[in-house]
Amino acid sequence: MADTSLTVLVIDENPTRATILEEGLREAGHVAVVRLDTTHELLRRIFEIDPDVILIDLASPSRDVLEQMFQVSRTVKRPVAMFVDQSDSGMIEAAVDAGVSAYIVDGLRKERVKSILDMTVSRFNAFDRLTRELQQARDELADRKLIERAKGILMKSRGISEEEAYGMLRRTAMNEKLKLADIARSVVTAAQLLG
Amino acid sequence: MTTTATPIGTGRGEGRLRLGFMPLVDCAPLVVARDLGFAAAEGLELELVRETSWANIRDRLMLGHFDAAHMLAPMPVAARLGLGHVRAPVVAPFVLDQGGNSIAVTTALWREGGDWGGFGDPITSGRTLARLVATRAKAGRDQLTFASVHPFSCHHHQLRHWMAAAGVDPDRDVRLTVVPPPHMVAVMEAGEVDGVCVGAPWTSRAVDAGIGHIVLPTAVLWPSTPEKVLGMREDLAARRSDEIDALLRALDRAAAWTEAEANRDELAAILARDDVVGVPAAIVARSLTGRLQVERGGAPVSVPGFLRFHGEGVNGPINRPRPTDGLWFAAQMLRAHQTGDADAAFAAAREAFSSQRWDRVIGRPDRVDDTLRTFEGPLFDGGDPEKWLRAAGSGARADLGPAAS
Repeated sequence: MADTSLTVLVIDENPTRATILEEGLREAGHVAVVRLDTTHELLRRIFEIDPDVILIDLASPSRDVLEQMFQVSRTVKRPVAMFVDQSDSGMIEAAVDAGVSAYIVDGLRKERVKSILDMTVSRFNAFDRLTRELQQARDELADRKLIERAKGILMKSRGISEEEAYGMLRRTAMNEKLKLADIARSVVTAAQLLG
Repeated sequence: MTTTATPIGTGRGEGRLRLGFMPLVDCAPLVVARDLGFAAAEGLELELVRETSWANIRDRLMLGHFDAAHMLAPMPVAARLGLGHVRAPVVAPFVLDQGGNSIAVTTALWREGGDWGGFGDPITSGRTLARLVATRAKAGRDQLTFASVHPFSCHHHQLRHWMAAAGVDPDRDVRLTVVPPPHMVAVMEAGEVDGVCVGAPWTSRAVDAGIGHIVLPTAVLWPSTPEKVLGMREDLAARRSDEIDALLRALDRAAAWTEAEANRDELAAILARDDVVGVPAAIVARSLTGRLQVERGGAPVSVPGFLRFHGEGVNGPINRPRPTDGLWFAAQMLRAHQTGDADAAFAAAREAFSSQRWDRVIGRPDRVDDTLRTFEGPLFDGGDPEKWLRAAGSGARADLGPAAS
């Protein structure tokens, strides 16, 4: 169910992830989504925005700033609390695993919060997957370049064909129980050292 | 003090522990235990994970991501009370250090204040603060803002104690806020805060940048209180008791190495590394030697006992947790109205800061001391913590209901 009456504040210095999360929340009908990508004057900004739910990237040192709000309720209109119910540890665990933390205005019904948190966790996980896939693609490309260079070095120094050079790298990798890219890297390094 | 090195054999435990830490100088004993073989000598393999907030440390300890962690000394008591978070049975079987914090003000406030007394004079500096607060209130100017690092930190309570002793009400007369240590210099420069209480090396960075002036090392305020502790879940400590005993032995040796003057250069180089604190070794070295630069261009001032990792302190061995220390933190939380249930707070304090494991593993001192002295007020007696609260003029018990937990 769309829950349009809630203001959700997203504090994330990673603009791509914040966008993914914001889109998800809007699709789910949460129109009042506010994003902060800087933690400059955080408490004052939160006071102005007056959110019902705050979602913050776990890597942000400003989590400790939010902790202060439990103690100094006079700086914010309403006290904010993280889950203070023991039964919520499953929710906290899923959130922490995904790399996000949630702060909820005291008194907000758990069911209303749960849909927002579920959405956040799945979007954070999706972003994480995306980042990992991108990194993998980059690594693969780098590996391929390395292998090409190693083949070239072998072809030149030993006067062999490309196929033979590749076969040699593969055999060595299998014998040494190492990855092809690792063998290629040592060939390139050795060639650099030996001039 | 003697230690008995009985390496745990394979099969008596996995011997692998994952510890969370914050990039601060006082994570030193943990890093030294791992990098210089003190943990390995006890059959332990330590994995250290650097964190970005104390809140993360607490959450991940609670969820079992960490077996133990570098924690602000008041945190185990707060965790047991469920203050601000889910209640978790955290214990502090080893104290990592004493001291290391300083109160600094912006250069602008320093000039406005005029006479702050000699360096490290809590009384004159407190009077000056009180005068500034009163003048500003009369002129209708903004209240002064002071930052610490967490609501349940020595830093926060040291600021409050210093202010209250001078007649400044920390809840009504000033604004207290929290700023992550790496942001302290920036917020001082932007004029968002007028003063900070933070651990090494962050006040030194503000001084170097020419925007701050160190007023007090907090070792002057609280000369013998734990600053950071090794925190862990009580159930884990019970289930993996042999490994935790081994960890205490490893940390005891690591702390002795950390404290030794001969090792300072090597220690500063270790801490300066990007995977540890990541600030220049020269700045780290200042807090290790207790030779502080209090203003830019000034001569360094020597602060005896500025930061201590091992050996005998005012009330016995520095690394030994005492129920009295926990009770002191509970008393500060009550005085600050962070909790209202004195009985629960004192019970949590005694459990969190039990000396039992330390005494069994490292050796109970011949004489134990259950008092704690600060810069003002009567001696704090662990046998009667409410006496100090009554003298301090706290209405915690009278004007607040039971704790929210």
